[in-house]
Parts: sequence; C-alpha cells; structure tokens
Amino acid sequence: MLIINNLKASIEGKSILKGISLEVKPGEIHAIMGPNGSGKSTLAAVLAGREFVEVTEGTVTYLGKNLLEMSAEDRAKEGIFLGFQYPIEIPGVSMVNFMKTAVNEHRKHKGLDPLSASDFLKMMRDKKELVEIDSKLANRSVNEGFSGGEKKKNEIFQMAMLEPKLAILDETDSGLDIDALRIVANGVNKLKRPDNSFIVITHYQRLLDYVIPDVVHVLYDGKIVKTAGKELALELEEKGYDWIKKEIENNLVA
Amino acid sequence: MNGKTEITEKYLDLYKENINKISGISSPYFNSFRESAFEKFSELGIPAKKNEAYKYTNLNTFFDHDYENYFMPVPADFIKAEPFRCEVTDLDAYGIVLLNGFYPTLNEKLRQLPNGIWIGSLNEAAIQFADKFEKHFGKYAKSETDGLVHLNTAMASGGLFIYVPEGVAMNRPVQVVNLIQSDEDTFTQHRNLIIAEKNSNFSIIICDHTLSPQKFLTNAVTEVFVGENAHFDIIRVQNEHNNACKITNTFIHQEKNSVTSSNNITLHGGLIRNNTYHYLGGEGAESYSYGLFLADKWQHIDNFVNVDHAFPHCTSNQLFKGVLDDMSTGAFNGRILVRPDAQGTFAYQKNNNILLTDDAKMDSKPQLEIYADDVKCSHGATIGQLDDDALFYLQSRGINKREARLMLMFGFAHEVIQNIKIEVLRERMDSLVMQRLKGELSRCASCMVKCG
Repeated sequence: MLIINNLKASIEGKSILKGISLEVKPGEIHAIMGPNGSGKSTLAAVLAGREFVEVTEGTVTYLGKNLLEMSAEDRAKEGIFLGFQYPIEIPGVSMVNFMKTAVNEHRKHKGLDPLSASDFLKMMRDKKELVEIDSKLANRSVNEGFSGGEKKKNEIFQMAMLEPKLAILDETDSGLDIDALRIVANGVNKLKRPDNSFIVITHYQRLLDYVIPDVVHVLYDGKIVKTAGKELALELEEKGYDWIKKEIENNLVA
Repeated sequence: MNGKTEITEKYLDLYKENINKISGISSPYFNSFRESAFEKFSELGIPAKKNEAYKYTNLNTFFDHDYENYFMPVPADFIKAEPFRCEVTDLDAYGIVLLNGFYPTLNEKLRQLPNGIWIGSLNEAAIQFADKFEKHFGKYAKSETDGLVHLNTAMASGGLFIYVPEGVAMNRPVQVVNLIQSDEDTFTQHRNLIIAEKNSNFSIIICDHTLSPQKFLTNAVTEVFVGENAHFDIIRVQNEHNNACKITNTFIHQEKNSVTSSNNITLHGGLIRNNTYHYLGGEGAESYSYGLFLADKWQHIDNFVNVDHAFPHCTSNQLFKGVLDDMSTGAFNGRILVRPDAQGTFAYQKNNNILLTDDAKMDSKPQLEIYADDVKCSHGATIGQLDDDALFYLQSRGINKREARLMLMFGFAHEVIQNIKIEVLRERMDSLVMQRLKGELSRCASCMVKCG
C-alpha cells in the first residue's frame, strides 16, 4: 500500500526527517511513536501533501504511484486521509456543506454521480451513529466552537464519511478524556477492514490499549530507530523514551 | 474662489440655476430647509481628501463629471421604464419599483398596504401626511462635516416615503427595487423618509441595480424614525456597474427599547460609499450594523458607520467584512460615541477583510470616543489573506484548491449574511454571494425579479 524509502525532508531549510523507510501493507495498523520534536507530525504532513515541508530526498510510493507528485486533494481522492492533530475551525462553512462537497469530489473522482440530498443526509446519519458523534455537531460550522474532544471525534467522523484506504491519525488521542479516547478508538476499529490501513501517530501508549497495532515504530531525531510488534509500545510506556535514547548513544559509541 | 474648490462651485451654480424648478415640485415645509442646507453645503463643500472621514475615498472623478441630467425623472422616463416593472419572484414581499430612486408618480402616488401602512412618493406624503412629515423630516439627517448630506437637503426633488403606524407588525417585508436607468449620464439625489411608530415591526429590502451603461452618481439620504419598542430592519443590496458611484446616507433614529438592524450588502459597484448613522436616542435601545462587500477590478467600497450612544443601557454591534480582489480598494471607518450619560453601554465593533491579491488595498479605522465610565466596549480589525491552514484542511479532504478558496470566502461572507432574519432572503443572498465569488453574477440574477 505505502512504501517510504529513505525519505528526507526539511522545513525552512532545517532538516527534520533524516532518512525514513517503512512499508505499510493492506490491513495493517502501524503505530509511530516517539518523543516530542522527533518528526512525527512532519512525516504526516509530507504524506498528506502539505506544501511547507520540502522533500529533499527519497521516494514515497502509494498504490504503485509516486505520492510526492500528487496534490493534496488528489491524494485525498486516491484514499489518503489525515486526521489532524489540531483540526482547523472554519467559521461560516457548515459541516454539511463541507462533507457534501468532499464526498461528491470523491465520487466524481470514481466516476460516480453526486449523491442526492436525501441519500447524503442518510449517509451522514449512518456514519454519525457508527462513530457515536453527537448529531448536533453536523449542523454547525466546521469545528467552530467545538471542544478539543469534539474536534477529534469530528476527524473520526470525516474519516468514516470518506472511507479512506490509508488513514494517518496524527496524535488524534492527545488531549482526550477516556470516553472520547474510546470513541476515537472504536471508530478506528469499526472502520478497519482487510483492505485498508492505518498509521497511528501517538506520543503515548494509551490509545494502543484500544487500537492494537501490528507494527510499532519509534521515531527519534528524524529516523526510525526501532521497529517491533505491539509489545514495543508497552515497553516504551514502562521505560520511557530515555531508554531508547541511551541505546542509540551506546550504539554510536560502540 | 473663497477657498472653495471648482467642483463645489459647480454645484453652487447648479443650485442657483435650478432652485425654483426643484422647489416647484416639493412642499413648502421641505423647501424651508433648502436655503440653510445650501449655506451649510457651500461652507463644507464636496468632501475632499482633507476631510478625515473621506481620507480614503476620492469622489472627484464622479463629482467633476458633467452630467446631462441632475433631477427627478420626467413622466416620459417613468413611461420608458415601465417595461422594467418587475415581479418579485420567490421572495414573499410587497414589491415597489423605483426609477433612479424616485417613486413613479404616474398613477397612484401613495399606496396603502394592509394594516394602514403607506408607501409612495415623498412629495405626495408631504401634503397628505403633513403632520407626520413635518414631525420627522429633516430632524435626523445632520452632519457637521459631510457637505453631501446638506447638498441632498438643498437639492433633492423627491424620493420614497413609508409610514408604519403604531403597533403594526408587518408580516411580509417590503422590497424596493431601485432601477438605475437612463439614456443620459445622470446624477440623482433622492430623499427617503421612513417612519416606524411605537411598537411596530417592519423590514425593508432595498435593491439597487444599474440597468444601462451610462455614468451614474447617486447621493441619497434616508431618514428613519424608529419609535419606542419598535423593530426595524433595513437591508441594502447593491449591484451597480463599474461606472456608477453610489453614496448612501442613512440616519436611523431610535427611541427607547427599540431594536434596529442595518445590513449593507455590496455585490458589485464602481465606487460605493455607505454612511450609516445610528442614533440610540432612548434607554434600552439596540442597534446592529452589518456590512459585506465583494470588490474586484478598480472598484472602491467604503463603509462609514457612526453609532451614537446618547442614553444609558443601550447596545450596539457592528460587523463589517470585505473581500478584495484584483486592484480593488476598500475602507471602513467605524465610530462609536458614548456620551457622558450613557452608562451601562455595550458597544462592539468588528471589521475583517480578506485581500486576495497583493495589489488590493484596505484601510480600516476604528474610532472610539467614550465619555461614560460604566461601558463595555470592544473593537477588532483584521486585514489578511485566506487562511493557508484552513485551505489545506479542505484540500486534505479532496476538495480542489479553487473550490476550497470559494468555500472559505463564502464562509467568511456568510458570517454577515447569517444575520438576515428573513430565511428566503438569507438563502438568496448566500447564493448571490456564491455567484459573485465565482464570477457568474449577472445583472438580472441579482435582481430577484423577473423582468420583461
């Protein structure tokens, strides 16, 4: 599904990603963990097509295509979804209008006719139920006046509406209370299918109690320094990131 | 030259040559204001750059031009405009059609609507409703700095009159479609008077449309009296061509516990200046002043707002927004005056603008003068670009850049539109704004009426 090979990227000339390689196969959930400033969000930004990040080296192949050549909107229509760490408030644009435009853009891309108003509203209702989102949210402007938890739930709702092949959740769990965390996690679990994949970026192990990853990567200083199964997350929770940092330093000395 | 500009001199001459003709069609009471207004105008002149309130708006090219017609249309013009008598379509409103600001005086000069509401020619009302006319006319349109208000009083030859009696709640709004049309370059000055008595409830929508390509200059004055406990809403929709200049001066006088709103929506126009004066003249009055403009090419749109808190416990709120494309320019000047006795005042002001190009320019000037202690007052102004983060958020959901930009601009504009209380009109405005943003707005599309 996604093959990242030796990816290097910088922001305003400052090197952030220093050679990342990883492969995500259909049906897999990958967790990317790491301390603050390690480059987790930059990686998400590169994959989603954010222009302020400059890719200096490496390749990203998504479903056989060169992802880095695609515009942000084309990536979305090809099935990539980014769950934002800080979802943006857009006053004056209703959730209904926003989602209708997005869903119909996806449909157009697939050669389908736009949904009728009633079919669309039914879809909204079904997906709201699926992800247990408060029905009132849909009538408001995009994220405007939403609490932190509501914003994150709204990301999961949008993910449910757009049915991505590859969802990248950038610290979707941060700032959530336990109930909201469970809703977010349930959303992921309900939307998980054998043919779609998730990259879950998280600082804490907490979310991984609910969303069980197949692979856990540790990102440190722009590089993946450790890759293992789900047990790695538990180990990190127990020992913190210092343990990894030490291990790297020791390796360097040796 | 007396220090007066050549342009001002031109209008002084015009007055002297035509005063008999103008006075001939107006009532003696109206005419009794003219001489002192003329003196005031000759003292103040056509506003120039040195006038602080007109610092950003240069009116010279329009006032310097020699128009072929300066006065009220003659019956022949009204007859010519007859084919444009339009039918209001989906908006459930009482429709009135004006020509260059004037009520057609061919047939029925005053029309009675249900519940004793009267609407029609100002000159006719000055005779038929002399007591009401004389109680209100000339009482609210005052300015110590703007010569154009006085030029209008001196030379206006007619306009629209609306009377809403005490306790009458209008179930439908009145929609005034003002057609601006002539075979000749035309300068019109019309004068409107709206009286909404105690406990009444009234909404009016005024739509201005230029229908012919001639050069037009309009200097209009509207006086509005809103009685105790009355509710009054005025919505202006401006759609004029690039060679037209419109100056509106609206004076809203409010009594105790009255609630008013004014909404100026400028979809298109060469040079537009809206002066809106809110006088909170009784305890507990509330006033809401909104404005939205969408400008491109060399257009210039200027909103000037003056909110006068003269009594305690009044509330005012201003929200003005502009979207500027190409080389267009805009200005906002929002004054809040809280007089010494106006304790317990709440006064807010917000002005947000989006510049779509590097060449577009906006000047925003808040002006707060507070002479009371117990006051809650705030203001904020922004001039910026479309938010990159918001743009990316929309794109990341598969919405292409062009559409995403449109959505953001629309959302920005909608914050003003959403204050329109009449749902059909709100939806209509949303769709007109969208058409305008897409560059698809045609003259008749905005007309809300079917012409033919």
